[in-house]
Amino acid sequence: MAEDLKTPLLDELEKGPWPSFVTEMKKAAEKKPAAADLMRQLEQSYVDKKGHWKHGGIVGVKGYGGGVIGRYSDSPEQFPGVAEFHTMRVNQPSGWFYTTEALRKICDVWEKHGSGLTNFHGSTGDVILLGTTTEHIQPAFDEFSDAGFDLGGSGSDLRTPSCCVGKARCEFACIDTMDLCHDLTNEFQDELHRPMWPYKFKLKISGCANDCVASIARADCSVIGTWRDALVIDAEAVKEYARAGMDIKAEVCDKCPTRALEWDTAGMELKFNAEDCTRCMHCINKMPKALSPGKERGATILLGGKATILQSAFLSWVIVPFMKMEPPYEEVKDFLRRIWEWWDEHGKTRERIGELIYRKGMGTFLREVGLEPSPAMVFRPRANPYVFWQPEDVNK
Amino acid sequence: MPTIDIGPPDYREMLPPVIKENYGNWKYHEILKPGVLKHVSHRGAEVYSVRVGSPRLVSIDFIREVCDLADQYCGGYLRFTSRHNIEFLVSDQNNVEPLVVELQKKGLPVGGTGNSISNMIHTQGWIHCHTPATDASGIVKAVMDEIHEYFTTMQLPAKLRVSLACCLNMCGAVHCSDIAILGIHRTAPRIDNEKLQKTCEIPTLIASCPTAAIKPNPKEKTVVINEERCMYCGNCYTMCPAMDIMDPENDGLAILVGGKVSNARTAPMFSRLAIPFLPNNPPRWPEVTEAVVKLVKVWAENARKGERMGEWIERIGWEKFFKLAEIPFTDKHIDDFIFSVPTFRSSTNFKW
Repeated sequence: MAEDLKTPLLDELEKGPWPSFVTEMKKAAEKKPAAADLMRQLEQSYVDKKGHWKHGGIVGVKGYGGGVIGRYSDSPEQFPGVAEFHTMRVNQPSGWFYTTEALRKICDVWEKHGSGLTNFHGSTGDVILLGTTTEHIQPAFDEFSDAGFDLGGSGSDLRTPSCCVGKARCEFACIDTMDLCHDLTNEFQDELHRPMWPYKFKLKISGCANDCVASIARADCSVIGTWRDALVIDAEAVKEYARAGMDIKAEVCDKCPTRALEWDTAGMELKFNAEDCTRCMHCINKMPKALSPGKERGATILLGGKATILQSAFLSWVIVPFMKMEPPYEEVKDFLRRIWEWWDEHGKTRERIGELIYRKGMGTFLREVGLEPSPAMVFRPRANPYVFWQPEDVNK
Repeated sequence: MPTIDIGPPDYREMLPPVIKENYGNWKYHEILKPGVLKHVSHRGAEVYSVRVGSPRLVSIDFIREVCDLADQYCGGYLRFTSRHNIEFLVSDQNNVEPLVVELQKKGLPVGGTGNSISNMIHTQGWIHCHTPATDASGIVKAVMDEIHEYFTTMQLPAKLRVSLACCLNMCGAVHCSDIAILGIHRTAPRIDNEKLQKTCEIPTLIASCPTAAIKPNPKEKTVVINEERCMYCGNCYTMCPAMDIMDPENDGLAILVGGKVSNARTAPMFSRLAIPFLPNNPPRWPEVTEAVVKLVKVWAENARKGERMGEWIERIGWEKFFKLAEIPFTDKHIDDFIFSVPTFRSSTNFKW
């Protein structure tokens, strides 16, 4: 390691039981001057209580408009190793499954072309390769491409879709999240690599309403697995839970949001009213050996989830109550294309799809995109009478 | 020339044989102990997942060490979770304990399952972003050190998600976390007129302000800020480098509580403001860690079994929450922003 690397404040963060990012930075700094200068600059940030990165920076690879985040130090004379310190986003495999061979390839390329520092993973899902210079971006990309990896999204494009573990390792999965994620990512490579929209568009896929990728909070389009028929109950296995000491009334039935379940203590029987069930997953979560999602499976599609900027945070809300999700996934692809076309036509610069629907109104959105209104779209109807009637609704 | 538009590697080539053979055919799972899951398929196959905390910001040396372990115990397969934990996928039960022992020897915490505090979703902070009001990795390390015991045990009433975002862009799901730590500014940006004329597109800059506090100043070819309308979100700085908003004396953190994304029992909820401001105090941020520990404790002591932070607060009422948490309620807690979209069904919970 660079002998003169003195970081007393950061060193404090090598103490304590949780694995330390400072230790990781030191490992990288032993080999790479850029990582050592990153530490020096961060130490300075800890002294100054402010960041030391300059505003923005546009860099990329030939043929793409997104995938690389340019970053420049505001003190390049002091920290020459991070004068240019760009991030590359590499599209992760569905569900973040890897062979060690694939991971070692990423490490080898990044050892050659970057700082040796990474994030496994960025919040959207990509592998984040943290810190390289402009001249290394294209060669690094060429080698990643040869190794079978492509860049992920950034800017006003389709961002890298991500999904929960789904059918690979979860008995709750109502749709094949990993296959759908892979299929849509490949179908929309152009939209991902070449930003062409008013703003970013994120797509996340969860296999059930537990929503283990937080799609409802941080994807413009949330695809969440569900079912249309009754959940499947193995009565004998329910009794096993009761015999093992679970208080089924208190822990399961009383927490059912619609009281669709009732526990007959004497008869050791779980009574279920399928019509009242809103498929929240609580009872299945509590008794995975006894209960499972119904057989007629598909997804609910919700739109609009986003963080604060500009008009407060939105959670995605229901747009398509139920859609089958089977290869080749034509229905959902058609849905996405219609949404994007409408948004591209009407969206203002940096207006997310949720904000556009909010601005134009759900009525306009549904009419123009060709979707049917449903009570599933609202918690409750409007409380005011300020209704826009269409010319065809009234007598001329 | 490299091949372009190839997309990610095919996930099917990344799956351990036991996963591939039982894909879509899992019957149930059990949590054997903190950090160790067992999944059983309809054909009786078993896979054990050993979940391990990671600092997320890691060196390639770390990734290679993790690969060595996966080669030794898992036939060369592993995955990462949506909260940045690592999962070793073990098909031979006899490999589970030796792997756990070796992980613990390396100082990697095994846990993050069930009613625990799993890893903290967080962002770039001073490591790599130009708009943060605070650091990310440093606070995460400081907080996780303090609540480490909750990662490796499952003693809490329900799961508790802690997240951190270093500015109001809230990259990650901070706005829907049980406890959210958020970097905030408290002073208006300073306009550099000369820089603004050179680098910023004024109409998009004006449109970037949620409270319409920015007005054009055509005479000077720049803009003016109505400081009374500015609530320091920093979005204008995102758009325009001439609107520097960093203020080390006044930047700091807010803590929000009660968010969730799952639909189980209750619809997803936003996190809501609990503590309006805490100072930036690197490297250990004692005010923040103390506040988080206190919130975890007051919830753990008072919530019913199975009750997430937000569910607990909604049941007892916010007025009681502020009393129990010993947090003064101020005018800052009262929302004065435009109404959101509360009538839309932001949940998958509805009846056919």
